[in-house]
Amino acid sequence: MSWPNAGGGRRSPLPDETTTPTETPGVEEVAVVPVSANAQEILNLINSELGAGVIEAIPLFSDVVVRVRPEAWRQAAEVARDKLACDYITFVSGIDWMPAPKEEGAEADGDTSTPAQPTEMTPGAAGAAGRFQVFAHVQSTTRHWGITFKADLDENDPHIESWVSVYPGADWHERECAEMFGFKFDGHPNLRLLYLPAAFEGHPLRKDFPLLARVVKPWPGIVNVEGMPESDSPEPDSPAAATTENPGA
Amino acid sequence: MMLALEIGWGTTLAIKTLVVLTIIPLGALILGYTFLLKMMSHMQSRLGPMDPGGFHGWFQLVGDGLKFLQKEDIMPAQADRKVFAMAPAVVVLSTFLIFAVIPMGPDLVVENLDVGIFYALAVSSLSVVGVLMAGWSSANKFALLSALRSAAQLIAYELPLLLATVGVIIQAGTLNLQEIVLAQQNGAIFGWSGIGDPFILTQFVGFTLFLVAAQAELSQTPFDMPVAESELVSGYMVEYTGFRFLFFFIGEFGTAFAFAAIAATLFLGGWSIPGVTGDMANILGPFVLFAKLMAVAFLMFWVRFTYPRLREDQLQSLAWKVLIPIGLINILITGILKVAI
Amino acid sequence: MSTTGTPAAGSTSPDFTIDPGSMRHLAQAQVNVELDTGDMILNLGPQHPATHGTLRLVVRLDGERVISADPIIGYMHRGYEKITEFRTYPQVTTLINRIDWLSSFANEVPFVSAAEKLMDIEAPPRAQYIRTILTELSRIATFLLFLGEMGLQVGALTPAFYGFRDREHILNLIESATGGRFHPNFNRIGGLKDDLPWGWLAEARSAMQVVFDACDTFENLVLGNEIFAARCKGIGIIPAKLGVAYGVSGSNLRASGVDWDLRRDGDPYLVYPELDFKVWTHPDGDSFSRYFVRLQETRESARMVLQCLDAIPAGPVMTKVPLIIKVPAGEVWVENENPLGQMGYYVVSKGGTGPFRVKIRSASFSNISILPWLLQGVYVPDVVTILAGLYFILGDIDR
Repeated sequence: MSWPNAGGGRRSPLPDETTTPTETPGVEEVAVVPVSANAQEILNLINSELGAGVIEAIPLFSDVVVRVRPEAWRQAAEVARDKLACDYITFVSGIDWMPAPKEEGAEADGDTSTPAQPTEMTPGAAGAAGRFQVFAHVQSTTRHWGITFKADLDENDPHIESWVSVYPGADWHERECAEMFGFKFDGHPNLRLLYLPAAFEGHPLRKDFPLLARVVKPWPGIVNVEGMPESDSPEPDSPAAATTENPGA
Repeated sequence: MMLALEIGWGTTLAIKTLVVLTIIPLGALILGYTFLLKMMSHMQSRLGPMDPGGFHGWFQLVGDGLKFLQKEDIMPAQADRKVFAMAPAVVVLSTFLIFAVIPMGPDLVVENLDVGIFYALAVSSLSVVGVLMAGWSSANKFALLSALRSAAQLIAYELPLLLATVGVIIQAGTLNLQEIVLAQQNGAIFGWSGIGDPFILTQFVGFTLFLVAAQAELSQTPFDMPVAESELVSGYMVEYTGFRFLFFFIGEFGTAFAFAAIAATLFLGGWSIPGVTGDMANILGPFVLFAKLMAVAFLMFWVRFTYPRLREDQLQSLAWKVLIPIGLINILITGILKVAI
Repeated sequence: MSTTGTPAAGSTSPDFTIDPGSMRHLAQAQVNVELDTGDMILNLGPQHPATHGTLRLVVRLDGERVISADPIIGYMHRGYEKITEFRTYPQVTTLINRIDWLSSFANEVPFVSAAEKLMDIEAPPRAQYIRTILTELSRIATFLLFLGEMGLQVGALTPAFYGFRDREHILNLIESATGGRFHPNFNRIGGLKDDLPWGWLAEARSAMQVVFDACDTFENLVLGNEIFAARCKGIGIIPAKLGVAYGVSGSNLRASGVDWDLRRDGDPYLVYPELDFKVWTHPDGDSFSRYFVRLQETRESARMVLQCLDAIPAGPVMTKVPLIIKVPAGEVWVENENPLGQMGYYVVSKGGTGPFRVKIRSASFSNISILPWLLQGVYVPDVVTILAGLYFILGDIDR
C-alpha cells in the first residue's frame, strides 16, 4: 500500500533560524542547533517586551525558563500570546521548594526503595525567592517553541493574577493548583474545588502535607524487596548477550 | 371444509387464546435466538453466544431466561408502584392483540375481522401507552426522556405506516387481511397471473416505507432513540429487572414478530404460495407464512445491527419531509392506476 | 388563619379579600407558569456508558436541549503528582502506566526520556526503534478502540466489536514483547528491559495488515454511513483558535485544522525524524473530522511501524547505567505526542534517587476543559457524540 507523502519528515520552522547557531551559556548538548536559535530569539523578545518584569531568563534544554516578577505575571502571558506567538497553554501549576519533613524510618538500613529527600531548600532553574512558586508553560503551534514562566509567591498569602482572561484553558489548571497548593488566583471567575471533596482540609501538594498512606504504613521497601546484588557487578546484562538475540535485525 | 368441525364457541375461544398466547412468546424466542444470538454473533464476530451448551451455543437463550427469572425484582422507592408493575403487561398485551387477526391459512385465522389491518395497526400503537407508563412511573429522568421520545416517535411514524398500507388496501379493495391474501393469490400483474400478485412487486415503495416505519414503531436502530443505551441507558427499561424486564424483551421481539407477519401478509402474499390451495394450504400455510416472516425479519434485524442511530429531530424531519410525501405520492399513483386499469 | 377553605399556602396572608382584577392577573401568571417549562437537571454519570468511567456531567436541560453543562471530575483522582515525590525514578514508571491506561507504553516514554535528559544519557538506537514501534502500537490500539467505540456511542453496535477484535492483535504483540497487555512497564532509564522475542518482527508485520484492513472496514462501515455523517457533521465544532487557547491537543486539535504534531514539530524524540509520515488535518473541527483524522492517523501509525520494522538496527537495548539511579539536580520539560494528545512531564530533580516534583501534563484534562463551552445548546444525543469524539480516558483526566 502506498501513501502520499505530503508534509513528511521534520519541518524547520523558519528558514533563517537554521543558519544562526549562537552559543548560549548553559544550553545542554542535547538541545539541537535550530532550537537554541529559537531560544535566543525568545530571550531577546522577552527581555525587550517585558523589560523590568523579568528577573531571570535562561535557556533550559530546548525550552526557555523565565522568572518574572509577580506583578508582571499576567503581562507575561499577554506578551507570550501576542508577541511570541505562544497561543497554546500547556499547564499552570505550582511548586513548593521547601524540603519535606524527614520521615520516620525512611532511608533506614540502606533501604533504596524510598528516595532520599533533600534536607535544605535549594532553588531550581532561574532561581526562587521563597518557598512557593507558580509556574506555567505556554507553547506556539506555529513557531513550535515553548516557554516556562515562573513567579515567586508570598509564603503567608500566596496569590497571583489569574491567566483565564488571556488563556481560557488556564481555568481548570488554576483551579487544580489552587486546591493543591492553596494559591489564590485573583480574577479567576470560578475558583471552586476541582478534584477534592468539599470537606477536604489542607493542600495536598505542599511538601508539609504528609502522604497518609506512608504515615499509616511505611513503604514496605526492604521488607518485600529482594536483596540487592553485590555492587561489584553494577551493569545490567552485557550488551553482547543482547545482540545475539536479535532475530529480526 | 374438512377442518371446520362443529365445536362450541367456548372451546374455540380457548383454542384461539391458547394459539395467540403460545405464538407470541414462541415467536419472540425464535427471533431472539435466530437473529439476536446467532445472526448478530456471526456479524459481529462474537464468541460468547456460540459457546454455552456445546452445539452452536443452543443453551444461551435458556440461560438468559433463567438468569432473568432468578434476578431480584427491584422497584425504585419513588416509583408509582401500580403503574410501574402494569407497564410491562400493557406492552406485551398489545403484541398479543396484533396476532389475533393475522391469517395463517385459508381457514386458520383467530378472528377474521373486516377491519383487520386497521385493527392491527391500532392495537400496535397501544404499546406506547405501556412505554409511557413505564417511563413516568420509574421516577427516573432518563426513563422519562425516553418515554417522551417514544411518544413523539409514535406520532411521527403511525402516519407513514398507515400510508404505506393504503396502497395495498387500494389494490386489494379491502381492509380484511384474509381477503388481502386472497387478492394476492388470485391477482394478476398487468394481466399475467403466473405467481398471483404479491404486492411487493407492485407496491415496492409501500413495502420499503412500511419497513422503515415499522423499524421506528419497534424502536429498532436506526430509530431506537427511546432505548438509546449509549445516551439514555436503555431508557424506559432502565429501572426494570428480572422477569419484568423479560416482559419488555418478549414485547420487543414479539412485536417484531407480529410486524414481520403483517408485512409478509400485506406484501408477500401471507400464507399463500402459487399452486397450493384448499386443505393443503391450511397445512402448509403456517410454514409458508413463517418462512416469509423470517425473511422480512432478517431484513429488519440486518438494518438494526448495521446502522447507527438518528437523532430525534432528524427522525421527525425524515418522517414528515420524506416518508409522508412519498407515501402520499404512492397512494396517488396507485389510485390512478387502479382507476385506469 | 384563613377560613376560606383554601389550601395551607394561603395561610401567609391573613386578609383574604378577593379582587377580581388581581384574580385575572393571577390567572395570567398561572398560564405563564404552565407555558414556561422548567429546566431539568440531568446527571450524566458518574456511572454512564458514554463517559468511559467516572466523568460526571451535570447538564441543565430545556426539553432535550442543553442549556449548560458542568463537568465534575475527580472521582478517580489518585494523586500521582504527590506519590511520585515518594518514589524512586524506576518506581515512577509503574505509576504513570496507569494515567492513560489504553496507551500505557506511550506514557512511560516522556518520563523516561526526561530522566535520561537530566542524566545526559541516551538509549541505544535499537531501544529507540523498539520504543517507537511500541508507542505507535499503543496509538493503534487506542485508536482502534476509538473507531469502534464512536460507532457504539452513535448507536451502531457492530463497529465496537470489530474495534475490540482487531485491537486484540495489537495487544497480543505488546504482550509478547513486554509481558503486559495494558501496563507494560517496559521502559528503563537508559533503554528497555528486554529485547524483542524471536519472530516478533514478522508477527508485527502481519498484524499491520490487519490494521490496514480494519481501517478500510471502519471507513466503509462508519465513516461512509449517511446516518453517521448526519449525526456527526457540524456537531461539536471547536474553532481552531479557541481550541488552541484551551490547550486542546492531539488529533482533536488537528481535526480543527491546526497543523501541529509533536512527532514532527516538537523537540525531536525517538526515531520520528527518520520516519516518513503525513500529519493529517481536517478543516471542519466537528466530531466527524475527529473521526476522520484518527482513522487516517491509525493508517499512518501502521505505516510508521512498518518503516521501523524495516530499519531497526541490531545492537543492545540498554545503555550503561548505575545500579542505583540518581538523577543530577535540574529541571526539564519533556513532551510527547501521545494518542490522546500532548503528554508531558515537568521533572524537577534535586539529585536524589527520586524526583522532587513532577508536574504531569495529561492530554484529556485540557481536552475536556473545553466541554462547558462546547456543550452549550446541543441536544442530549449530541452530548454523547461530542464526548465520544473528544475521546478521553478518565485516568488521563484525573491522574
